[in-house]
Amino acid sequence: MVEAVLAPVDRVREADEPHSHVVRFGSDKPLRLDAGVDLAPFQVAYQTYGTLNGDRTNAILICHALTGDQHVANVHPVTAKPGWWETMVGPGRPIDTERYFVICPNVIGACMGSSGPASTNPKTGAPWGLDFPVITIRDMVRAQAMLLDHLGIESLFSVAGGSMGGMQVLQWTASYPERVFSALPIAASTRHSAQNIAFHEVGRQAIMADPEWCKGRYFTEQKDPRKGLAVARMGAHITYLSDAALHRKFGRRFQDRDNPTFSFDADFQVESYLRHQGISFVERFDANSYLYLTRAMDYFDLAGDYDGVLANAWKGSPTRFCVISFTSDWLFPTSESRAIVHALNAGGARVSFAEIVTDKGHDAFLLDEPELFAIVRGFLEGAARARGLPAQRR
Amino acid sequence: MMLSRLKRDLTMAEAARTPGGARVDLLVVADMVERGAKVLDIGCGDGELLRLLAETRNVDGRGIELSREGVNEGVAKGLAVIQGDADTDLSDYPNDAFDYVILSQTLQATRQPRVVLEHMLRIGRHAIVSFPNFGHWRIRLQILLGGQMPQTDNLPYDWWESPNIHFCTIKDFRRLCEVIGVRMDKSVALNAWGSPIRLNVPWWFWNLFGEQAVFLLSRKG
Repeated sequence: MVEAVLAPVDRVREADEPHSHVVRFGSDKPLRLDAGVDLAPFQVAYQTYGTLNGDRTNAILICHALTGDQHVANVHPVTAKPGWWETMVGPGRPIDTERYFVICPNVIGACMGSSGPASTNPKTGAPWGLDFPVITIRDMVRAQAMLLDHLGIESLFSVAGGSMGGMQVLQWTASYPERVFSALPIAASTRHSAQNIAFHEVGRQAIMADPEWCKGRYFTEQKDPRKGLAVARMGAHITYLSDAALHRKFGRRFQDRDNPTFSFDADFQVESYLRHQGISFVERFDANSYLYLTRAMDYFDLAGDYDGVLANAWKGSPTRFCVISFTSDWLFPTSESRAIVHALNAGGARVSFAEIVTDKGHDAFLLDEPELFAIVRGFLEGAARARGLPAQRR
Repeated sequence: MMLSRLKRDLTMAEAARTPGGARVDLLVVADMVERGAKVLDIGCGDGELLRLLAETRNVDGRGIELSREGVNEGVAKGLAVIQGDADTDLSDYPNDAFDYVILSQTLQATRQPRVVLEHMLRIGRHAIVSFPNFGHWRIRLQILLGGQMPQTDNLPYDWWESPNIHFCTIKDFRRLCEVIGVRMDKSVALNAWGSPIRLNVPWWFWNLFGEQAVFLLSRKG
């Protein structure tokens, strides 16, 4: 567990020496990438919570979203903020760490200790930058499977995650169906839509337009493309919310003033909020990682691996699915989740599906949504019975 | 929402229960299902029938339910329930995906009962349909003597808020089965107290004294 809080400057060190568990795979265990190259050596940083039972049947893998990391339910070492899913994961929470052994790895390509563009390239001794190979969602999942092999966990009780985490969940059920007893893809999709690719491209262009980006070599040039990354985050953050939620939170209210200043200051609360989101994000995130991870999401098209027929991805799947979407999510709308459910049904898989009414948009999966908690709890409870895990003590 | 209300009302109304607490009409349905079968329950409400089938028949059950509350209750019980609408979502299911497709107390609330029934027999080898019989003598009497739309314990709604838009009698339902070429393998009518009516009576008797009817159907030929 993490105790000390790091100065922002130490964020860079997290990429190689994270404040969490880390497993290092040598040249004898390369990660085969979809791009056609082997990544070796490489490392995977991860956190665990709870205890693995004797039969090794109670492990739940949490897959994080684009800007998340392995610090699900502990104080973040860089920001000193609570874990990103503390409402969902912890003692007595829906994903109950008193019953389940929870593992959350940092994805490949990210910047909190798993190999990515901010990590040191062993060949040069300098950060990889754009020399790091382009990775995919399937590559992330392959690396996670190697982590589980290392931990001696053959079969997962469940895999859960929202957004990009949900994409990994879906990839897990297609790539390793026999290793996944149950799956919770939340606010997810089997393919990134044209609109979502378009938003990501705007974010990437903002980063690359920042003169301090230096064609990805900002570490060696002693620069930091903070402005570009902040703009990328601001734009993306709007897509995680909804018109109704923005109106409810901010409306047209002014920030610390009663009248417009007739300037380009952050007159409106919503402007001030977005600027804050951008500034706080660059303290903990690497600009190149943002390029790589958004690219991985763009390339994701699960049906593409199965001759365009999504149902074939799950033919005869033994996994129990619970698909969840949110009414106001326009980034990964309910129609995407319904397409997953239709394909699962066509493939004969065992699937539950619920749409939750909320105005909080895509980010609802991270927020206090009692109905989400009740569904996750109930679904895992039913799956635990089917798996023969001991009943809840309470 | 309306469907789940209907279900709950049916559950809480004087629907007959066994000492074990299960509704008699659900037991009649469960009796028609072979052990270990794969079952789809359309309009599964809070999942009571699916749970009964899982416990007593060891079935692999799935449910479709319109109301969010129903779905959440079902999922919380560990059942596989999908939020969906019988009128629009059945076309997404492949042929022969299930052994039994069940429509319990929901037929009268669908927009296109014929289309729904045809889908049921495309998706499943068998269909089981139960519905309140609009030909029951008490309902006939309320229209004949009272001159207004009937209300009973099982059908408590005023006409302007009823989710039930396609009532039929047992006789009417038999006609639909003839029209679309469906074989009736089994039929059971329940009287007002929820007990099955003896089998060796003519159809007109069932249509008059059966408050609910349950049919096991399969494709012809």
